[in-house]
Amino acid sequence: MNTCIRAEGLVKRYGANTALDGVSLGIPRGSIQGVLGPNGAGKTTTVRILATLLRPDEGTVLVDGHDALRDPVSVRGIIGLTGQYASVDEELTGMENLELVGRLLDLSGRQARVRARELVERFELGDAGDRPVKTYSGGMRRRIDLAASLVGRPRVLYLDEPTTGLDPHSRNRLWSIVHGLSDEGTTILLTTQYLEEADQLADRVTVIDQGRVVAEGAPKELKQRVGSQTLHVRPVDPADVRRTEEILTELLGGVRPGVDSERGLLSAPVQDPVLLSALVRRLHDAAISTDELGLGLPSLDDVFLTLTGQKAGKTEPTAAEKGSST
Amino acid sequence: MSATVAVDSHASVEPSPRIRIGPATAARHGMILASRNIRYLVRTPSSLIDTVIQPVLFLLVFVFLFGGAIAGDWQSYLQTLVPGLMVQITMYASIGTGMALNTDISKGVFDRFRSLPIARSAPLVGAVLGDVLRYVVALTVLLLLAFALGFRIQTDPLSALLACALVVVFGLTLCWMSVIIGMVATGPQAVPGIAMAVILPLTFGSNIFAAPETMPGWLEAWVGINPVTYFVDAVRGLMLGGPTLVPVLISLGAVAGIQIVLMPLALRAYLRRVR
Repeated sequence: MNTCIRAEGLVKRYGANTALDGVSLGIPRGSIQGVLGPNGAGKTTTVRILATLLRPDEGTVLVDGHDALRDPVSVRGIIGLTGQYASVDEELTGMENLELVGRLLDLSGRQARVRARELVERFELGDAGDRPVKTYSGGMRRRIDLAASLVGRPRVLYLDEPTTGLDPHSRNRLWSIVHGLSDEGTTILLTTQYLEEADQLADRVTVIDQGRVVAEGAPKELKQRVGSQTLHVRPVDPADVRRTEEILTELLGGVRPGVDSERGLLSAPVQDPVLLSALVRRLHDAAISTDELGLGLPSLDDVFLTLTGQKAGKTEPTAAEKGSST
Repeated sequence: MSATVAVDSHASVEPSPRIRIGPATAARHGMILASRNIRYLVRTPSSLIDTVIQPVLFLLVFVFLFGGAIAGDWQSYLQTLVPGLMVQITMYASIGTGMALNTDISKGVFDRFRSLPIARSAPLVGAVLGDVLRYVVALTVLLLLAFALGFRIQTDPLSALLACALVVVFGLTLCWMSVIIGMVATGPQAVPGIAMAVILPLTFGSNIFAAPETMPGWLEAWVGINPVTYFVDAVRGLMLGGPTLVPVLISLGAVAGIQIVLMPLALRAYLRRVR
């Protein structure tokens, strides 16, 4: 499989603030690449650079063999971009928006109308196609926006947080659309704050934080590193935190749990749920009572705590604070 | 800030020829986007009302409220006021260019256009050309009402058309200012405020509403150096008779001067957001 999008060493600074600090990506043709990270991690900056909307201060970008910095027009001819907010004209109808893009892509008026109708039908916008976009719901806006980026049948599609703010139903609908596009051979890069979304859609995931790539791999590999579930335990008496940590470390076979000393909360990735009952027994034996004890799906906070490599007792929650997602 | 380094060092890997967009294609893209802006103007009652109400309001208020006081009777004030209002109305209408561009930027529509393989100039050309229609609508409304009230062209239709053309050219010149404001304003709602701060002294500090001789010396001096005054002189000459050559030449000179100063600034401000 050959590489469709290759970005090397992207750096973008805004004054003293470094938004991207050497991000590299290699995305195989026809695959779905997830870019996972909290707000402010640099996801949108990365997408804007790959989509030729922003020039990096350093680094190179090749999209399907075209240099995005030297030959942006060629790149624009093969990409589609759907941003975080619907970038369509609210005063125009859905159809008119799609036709406008078609005309700008040098389709004839008739071709543009046919293509617009096709996309409106495909994205189940039907009658709404003739209503102004300002009357659309959030989910419909995302779909018309996605449709607008597909008018030119792009080989490469960038989706910047396509489901942020959508209800579960609209989100599932969008996911199936993305799967469909991928099946047709479109190379897709999607950014998300949700591990679940990356898991559902992406073949490979790049985790970025504070402008740097902190992990890369298939969702399965990342989840194995994070644990399929996360165990949380909080002793009633903060004095018991140390002893609880010892017990947990032992049960985990030497892996030390993350400790949020401020809240007196311990958390650890868990592969085997049986560990929970073992822990209950051990805590009972040690006469440690808890306020909170349970297993949950790993949150983005957990992912970052694990992937950014903080060792036990040093859970400086920078990423977690910024990425409060759910 | 703007792109500097390490970009051209990788010239080796790129086999495919670089695509450039020719002027004909760029013009076509510009026209497509202009038709979108025109559709917007027709579709959105509020923007059309702005364009239509302003001339009506100014004409009625000044002719009937102040006309008698300023000129003795409103009928003769109507004759001198209408050519001046043509210039003023166009200046107000030019604010639309900056607002349209700023709206597109804040709503993300601009990013959509920029991610398409179209000429970088197209959104700008579209906004500017879309505004020509706005000028024409405003001028038509103004003149129709003025005729109904008794305004008469005292020269010939050709001169009157030339006057209208001169006004549109003036509007197109001012739209560069509007573009600059549109690029620096934080949001579309901030555009009219900034634009008014520039336009008010230019319109009221001119010979549109009152004869400069009646003003205090400092104001008369300002009116004398205000290019708007010469545009009004030229339009009055073309529509009512009297000297036209000198004011027209000064007006065209002012247009050229404003273009030379504002256009590069506007393009720079625009390109900084488009690159």
